[in-house]
Parts: sequence; C-alpha cells; structure tokens
Amino acid sequence: MAKLIFEMSRPGRTAYSLPPCDTATDLRDRKTAGQTGSDGKGAQEDVACSLIPERFRRKKDAELPEVSEVDVIRHFTELSRMNHGVDNGFYPLGSCTMKYNPKVNEDIAALEGFRAVHPYQADETAQGCIQILYEMDRMLKEITGMDRFSLQPAAGAHGELAGLMIIKAYHDYRGDTGRTKIIVPDSAHGTNPASAAMAGFEAIEVKSDERGGVDLKALKAAVGPDTAGLMLTNPNTLGLFDENIKEIARIVHDAGGLLYYDGANANAIMGICRPGDMGFDVVHLNLHKTFSTPHGGGGPGSGPVGVKKALEPFLPTPLAEFDGKQYRLDHDRPLSIGRVRSFYGNFGVILRAYAYIRTMGPDGLRKVSENAVLNANYLMHRLKDHFDLPYDRTCMHEFVLSYGKHKETGIRTLDIAKRLLDFGFHPPTVYFPLIVNEALMIEPTETESLETMDLFADTLISIAEEAEKDPEKVKSAPHRTYVSRLDEVKAARNPVLVHMD
Amino acid sequence: MYRYIPNTREDQEKMLSVIGVGSIEELFSDIPEDLRLNRDPELPAGMPEPELTAHMRSIASKNVSTADHPCFLGAGAYDHYIPSVVGHVISRSEFYTSYTPYQPEISQGMLQAIFEYQTMICRLTGMDVSNASMYDGATALAEAALMAVRSTGRDRVLVSRGVHPQYREVLKTYAANAGIEIVEIGISCGTTDHDELLAALSGLESSGQSNMDAGTAVPGAVAASKATGGTATGFTTTGGTVTSDMATVGTVTDRTAKGAGTAAVIMQSPNFFGVIEDMEAATALAHEHGTLSVACVDPISLAVIQPPGEYGADIAAGDGQPLGNPLNYGGPHLGFLAAKQNLVRKMPGRIVGQTTDSEGRRGFVLTLQAREQHIRREKAVSNICSNQALNALAATVYLSVMGKQGLKQAAELCLSKSHYAYSKLLETGKFEKVHDAPFFREFVVRAVDEPVEEINRRLLDRGIIGGLALERHYPEMNNCWLVAVTEKRTRQEIDAFVEAAVRGGR
Repeated sequence: MAKLIFEMSRPGRTAYSLPPCDTATDLRDRKTAGQTGSDGKGAQEDVACSLIPERFRRKKDAELPEVSEVDVIRHFTELSRMNHGVDNGFYPLGSCTMKYNPKVNEDIAALEGFRAVHPYQADETAQGCIQILYEMDRMLKEITGMDRFSLQPAAGAHGELAGLMIIKAYHDYRGDTGRTKIIVPDSAHGTNPASAAMAGFEAIEVKSDERGGVDLKALKAAVGPDTAGLMLTNPNTLGLFDENIKEIARIVHDAGGLLYYDGANANAIMGICRPGDMGFDVVHLNLHKTFSTPHGGGGPGSGPVGVKKALEPFLPTPLAEFDGKQYRLDHDRPLSIGRVRSFYGNFGVILRAYAYIRTMGPDGLRKVSENAVLNANYLMHRLKDHFDLPYDRTCMHEFVLSYGKHKETGIRTLDIAKRLLDFGFHPPTVYFPLIVNEALMIEPTETESLETMDLFADTLISIAEEAEKDPEKVKSAPHRTYVSRLDEVKAARNPVLVHMD
Repeated sequence: MYRYIPNTREDQEKMLSVIGVGSIEELFSDIPEDLRLNRDPELPAGMPEPELTAHMRSIASKNVSTADHPCFLGAGAYDHYIPSVVGHVISRSEFYTSYTPYQPEISQGMLQAIFEYQTMICRLTGMDVSNASMYDGATALAEAALMAVRSTGRDRVLVSRGVHPQYREVLKTYAANAGIEIVEIGISCGTTDHDELLAALSGLESSGQSNMDAGTAVPGAVAASKATGGTATGFTTTGGTVTSDMATVGTVTDRTAKGAGTAAVIMQSPNFFGVIEDMEAATALAHEHGTLSVACVDPISLAVIQPPGEYGADIAAGDGQPLGNPLNYGGPHLGFLAAKQNLVRKMPGRIVGQTTDSEGRRGFVLTLQAREQHIRREKAVSNICSNQALNALAATVYLSVMGKQGLKQAAELCLSKSHYAYSKLLETGKFEKVHDAPFFREFVVRAVDEPVEEINRRLLDRGIIGGLALERHYPEMNNCWLVAVTEKRTRQEIDAFVEAAVRGGR
C-alpha cells in the first residue's frame, strides 16, 4: 500500500524553485506598505498584503503537501509501478483500440515550437499550429469521405455532442423543428443515448437482428417525421460490419433524418471503406483510438467531428483556412453551433495523430486496418471452441465472446477478467455490449504480435479450464496484483472522495 | 516496413490458415463491393522517422514560441513556471499509455493520483468534493451550469460578462440545446454590475437597457465613476450581509415569473480583466434569492485569494492549465469541478473513491457510477466518459512540488510583478487606467495614442509577446489591452516590455 502524498508531508520541506522577487522594492516605495523583513520572503508577503484588500484575502493556507523533490519523484514512480499501460503488456480492451503509442510522436509534441505556443497569439505567429489544424482537416476528410472537419471536440463523447448539435442546427435552420428523436441501436455505446439527451433529443432504441446488425423492420417502424437522425457504429460494437448500411441510410434519409457515424471502430476500415460513401452525414473520430495517441489514463483524447457539405456552416467555430500563402482561423461563421470548448481543441493530441498519419501514409493506414482485422479473426478462431461465440461470423477489428453458462461453478465473466490480471494481461471489455450475456469484448489491434496473441489465448483457455477445476482460485482472483479485489459497493455506499488528515 | 505492425508475411499465412480463409481480402467480404474504396486514400506518402522529425521541426519553427519570447499574454491560459519534475512523471508510460482505470487492481497508480488530485482541488477551493477533471475550464463551467439546473429544476442561469468570453460562448452552446436561458449581467467599473444582478435576481430588469449594452459602463465611465473604499463593485458588505439600494436600479419592468426560475449565478474571480470580484457579497445575494452560486476561479490565485468554500459557493469550476500544464496552443488543458457535499450525486464525470480490498488494505476505485452514461445511458447526468487524467496528474505533481509554501510564493510573485508592470506602464503616460480595482496577475490599460495591435506588432519585432486586444471580445472596450504577468517574467523583461510598448522607446 502506497502512502498518500499528504502522509509524507513534513512542515518546512520544499520541492519548488522560484526566482526571488525582483520587483518588490519599487512597489514598496509606491505603496509604502508597512514593515518589511530583510529577506525577500517577507517583502513578498508585504506586497501581497498591500495589493489585495483584507476581505478578499485567503484566511487559512491551503493544506498542500510539504515534501522534497526526491519525495515527489519516489512517490509518483511508486504509483506508476502500480499501473498497467500498453507499454507494460497486452491491452485487448474492446472498443478502446489500445494500440501502441509511438514514441517519436511524444518527442514531436514536446517541441517548444508547439508546446509553448499561446492560443491567443496572432495567427501570423502561430502559422505552424494552424497549418497542422488545416492539414489534419484535409487528411481526415480523405480518410472518411466527409467534406469538412472541426478538431475542437476534446473526446469521442464530446464529438458526439457536437455532431448532434449540428444535426439539430441543420433541421432548425430549415424550419424542420419537429425532429426531436435520435434513433440508437441497442448495441450502441452508452455515450450515444447520453449525448442525444444532452443535445436536447429523445433517444429511441432499436433492436439488433439475429446477425447482430440493425433490425430493418424495427428501424422502419421507428422512423418518422420526428426522426432527427440515427447514430450508428459500423463496424458495430459486436465487431460486425452491418451489410445493410446502404438500406439503413436510405430508410433514415427517406424519413428526413440524418446519419451519424460513431467512429470508435474506425480502426477496421481505414483505406478500405469510408463512412462518407456509406451515406453518413456526420462522423466523429477518436484520435486516441484509431490514430495511436496515448489514452493518458482516461484522457486527454480528441474527437474531431466531420460533416457533409450541407452541414458545414454549422460546425463549431473557428475553422482553419489557407489562402495559398497564409493560414488563418476563421471566426466569422454566423450559422455555427458556436464553441464546444475553449480555443481549438486538444492541439497536442491532434499533433500526435498528425505525425502518425504522416508516418503511416495511405498504404500504411490500409495495412493497419487489414492487420487489425486479421489479428481479431485469428484470436476469435483460437478462442471460439472454448467460449460461446454469439455471432459466429467473420469479425472486423474486434469480436465478442460470452461466458454465459456457468451456473454450476458460479464463475462469471468478471472472475475470468480478474484472473487474467495475474498473468500480466489487461482484460477485455466486460459486460458490454449489453445485448450479449456475460460479454467479453476483445480487440487485439494491429500492433500485437502472433506470439502475444497466442500467449493470451493459451492463458484465457487455461483460465476457462481452471474455472471448472478450481473455481475458488478464479473467484478470488487476482492474487498477484498490488491489491486484491476491491470493494466497489462499499466505495459507492460510503463515499470517501477526499483525504482527511 | 511498418514498424508498428509486427506481422510478417509468414505470420499472416499462418493466421489465415487457422481462420480458414485464403486472403486478408476475404475477411472484408461483409463490406458491399460498391462501398469499397478500391484505391489508396490520397494522402502524402509515409515518412521514415528522421524525415518525419525534420518535417515536424520545420512546421514548429513557423510558430513564435513563448519558450524564447517573454509572454505577456494571458486571458485564460498562462505562461507559468513548470517544474522539471512534472514532465518526468507524466512521461512514465505506465501512466500515459493506460486507459480509464476500469480494472482498479492494476490501475491503483492513476486512481490514487486522481484521489490525491481531488483532495488537492478541494483543499485549494475549500469545497467538499471534486470530480476527476473535465475537458477544460469552459466545459467545466458549462457542466456546472447544467448541474445547477438539474439540482434546482430551474432553467435560467445568470452569468457575468466578467466571465471569460469563450466560456460564455460554450455555456450558450450547451444551454441552447438543453433549453436553458442564459442572461448576461453587465460590467461596471471592472466588476459585475451589482444593480443589474440584483434586478435579474429579483425578477426585475432595468428597462430600456439590454444586457449587452449594460456593459458599456465599463471603459468610458471609469474616470467619472468614483470608486470608493478600494472597490468599484457597488456591493456593500457589512458583516456578511448585503444591502442594496433599490433606487439605483431605475425604472424596472416586472419579470417575477422568470426570476423565480433562476438556477444559478455564475461569476468569475479574478474575472476576465484580472479584477477580483466581491464573491462573498455576490454569493450571499444569490443565496438570499434562493439560487446557487457558481464560482469560476483561477487555481494559482487561490493560494492568496479567498477560496469559494470560504464564501459559501455551491460549485467551483475553472481551468487547471496554470497547474503544471503547458500552453499547447490551447489544449490539452484540464477543467476542474468541485462542489458542496449535497451536490455530489449531480456531478458529471469520473469520481475516484477510497475503499478496501478483500484483505482490508486501502485501495481506490471509480465510484458513484450510477450517475454515468455507461450505466444510465440517456438518463445519465452527462455524456462525458473520460477526464483529462494525464493533465490532472500533471496538476497533482505540480501542486506536490509547489506545496503549501511554493504555490503561495508563486501567487505573490504574480501579484508583485503584475503590479510593477502596471505602474510602469501608467508611468509612461501612454497608457491610462481603465479599472480602479484590486487585480491578480492580469490587468487592463488603455493605450492613449496608438492602436494596441500596433504596439503588439512592435513588441513582437523585439521578441516579446504582448497582451490581448480586448476590443474583439468587448467592442465597447475601445483600445484596451489585457496584460498578464506571471512569476516567470523578470524585472528586466518587464522593463523591456514597457519600453517597447511606447513608440520611440528603445
């Protein structure tokens, strides 16, 4: 058990290094603020005292830790060792595309010519940054078959929200104000209905058919004059390409709705097919999935939103433009939905994704998707005889197994996942999608080797066998991690969200 | 050939034979033929690493960097000192290559760091609970407004024009789609107009005066308006109670029905002009009218300025970039969001909680997930499913390094240096006062005989990044200049800045 940084605190220890105050004397002269100590510190306090009226001043110091620099480094190094990242080992977390994060992209993002640029600098002094935004827009357009991108959304869910606001703005602009419903398949990510609600729509669920795609009959029954649009992930969260996509697009478009593409699974289709050609009107991409930027332990990500021509006026403001000589930011966009965050998006993330696309090139991106799909199908075949495979079809970049028939041992998917931790693997996504009982959603990505996948498959199979022979061992897993299974019910019932000394 | 793809031709053959297909092509047979691209995307050819590095360096060199240009630009993003330690910690790839900590047993590092982050944010803001961070200050504030609307069941939010213009834009975007009415409260002498706020809260509105042009009181009126007692707010606070003179409101029109529907009052301090608002009085006023008080605050300033918890704010939000995060042309930064205990289940975003493992050892997990989209779907409190974990980690490391003394010292240096620069600029006679109110780190002056854009150009020629021309954001603030001075600026840099800011100066 690691100490908290607060528990390491000792009064008087410091880890910071600040310059002395070189402006205090003059101020004291001007303000003639009372007594001053002979050391710089005292002078500063006097300055602070004289510059803020008493009633606005903080009464009691914030109890931040007092530690040495060595303490800080040792503490956070210890914490890092209690964390599993892609660099530690296989991370087949379905729908999250935990591929390798190229190191050179980190070096590029650290260049002072990018990292230390202020967002309010004049366009002439940020030509390199705006060039990245402009070229990234162009490259994403080509990859997806859309007409224009905004790079402002900070994450996938944020891109969804922006995209749905654009759909709303489009209908409103046309005076088509009765379109209040967004259709979402039952296999969709939870963010889809949540984003729809946040954008002011009512989310309507349609069920999936026996092949795992959208049930066309149910869709036809669901659409109508109140349909604003349909949100779809294709390949969907079962890892299956919906072969009926053209028919789905026709049904929604005929009803006057628009098609939204959740790009969470775009790693399967780069250079192979494009949402723009499938009939989608709005897409978002997850640069932190498909385009290799690190997930950062939960963020920062980046969720650019792209649209077809008719929706371009509604994109968030500003957009990057180029006149052949100068790059500039266009703020004059009267029909825009407005801003969805400050400044221009998670620029540092966009930059890494840009470097990735420039590294891979068009053929490389196609190879990414081909190998992602090959790896997923291979792993699926290695495992399908040992687990239930509810949709036995060729999968795309991921597949979903079920561990559903183990009433006699009482072992659940969660137990299998926890046991995997003992062997140095991050478990697959579990209990999602919701339409598969005891689901295990596995996405190996293209950056994993055959040996890694074989080792994972062998381990998973041996755990399944162990679950029959020694269920207790699996139920009480993990056994080799820093902590054993944690009491999540207790955490929610009696929330302890801050440390009290 | 492709260094991030390990499969060899031999591996691929072996895998295809296990799958039982003849080619990779066959794996894509579910995609209708006429939807296939059947060509390479038109993208530039891939680059080997040395070429890529050179290419990216050449693009980076087109930017003017604050690394070698002293920066006097702030306006929501600040060039603060970032201890070397911060970069080293967040470069640990166990942290940055991990995902949201869904599997707590192998994510204790990030979970504990976020727990420490939440604790530090609470101690800094004086609030009871904090989430694991939001995308940025603007979205944190918009979510705070939604939170207030959810908690009160009312659909009207008052926001001061002293709040960052971009934050207000984001707030309006979010509100428009959620059916929330945003009413802006104007500025008087650099701070939120008390009378206008009171009128809006009372369900009354000054007649013949839209919220937009109420702000015109700002620049021109300064010379005439005699600020008293060191403040120009018009708030009168006596022992925590607020008195106000209704007569000053002027002719009013009844908006009682709307007034009853106000969910929150949002104010920022230091506000966009760097001016410290009387948050205690504003909060008391909001509470008197039964609405929530949302404080948008700067984390560095909180080392010396009264924190939201001390004046009783219900929600505190802001941008955490100043806490060890580089400018990054505007992102990634992080937003922080903290609240009183009673609002915790209305909070959006990830929250980390302490618990125990099966052997009774302390551990941390994501908690109160019944609020979130993966459980509640369309009934979730927000659609957000990530945080800015790595940026929050940077903030945590920064606050650990700076500690109780260092953060205060940094804040005091900002105070001292910004006031020094302010006095020096006024001394030249080429700049005049706009507000006569206490400020932190940032202030407004008006250039007397030259457009500020011109001054900024001259500064740039001398290798200095000047302040923000305010007119673009506040049309009535004719030729006003927003200047930020952090602890990183030396006296020498400030002197050079002041000299270059004057035409004909060396």
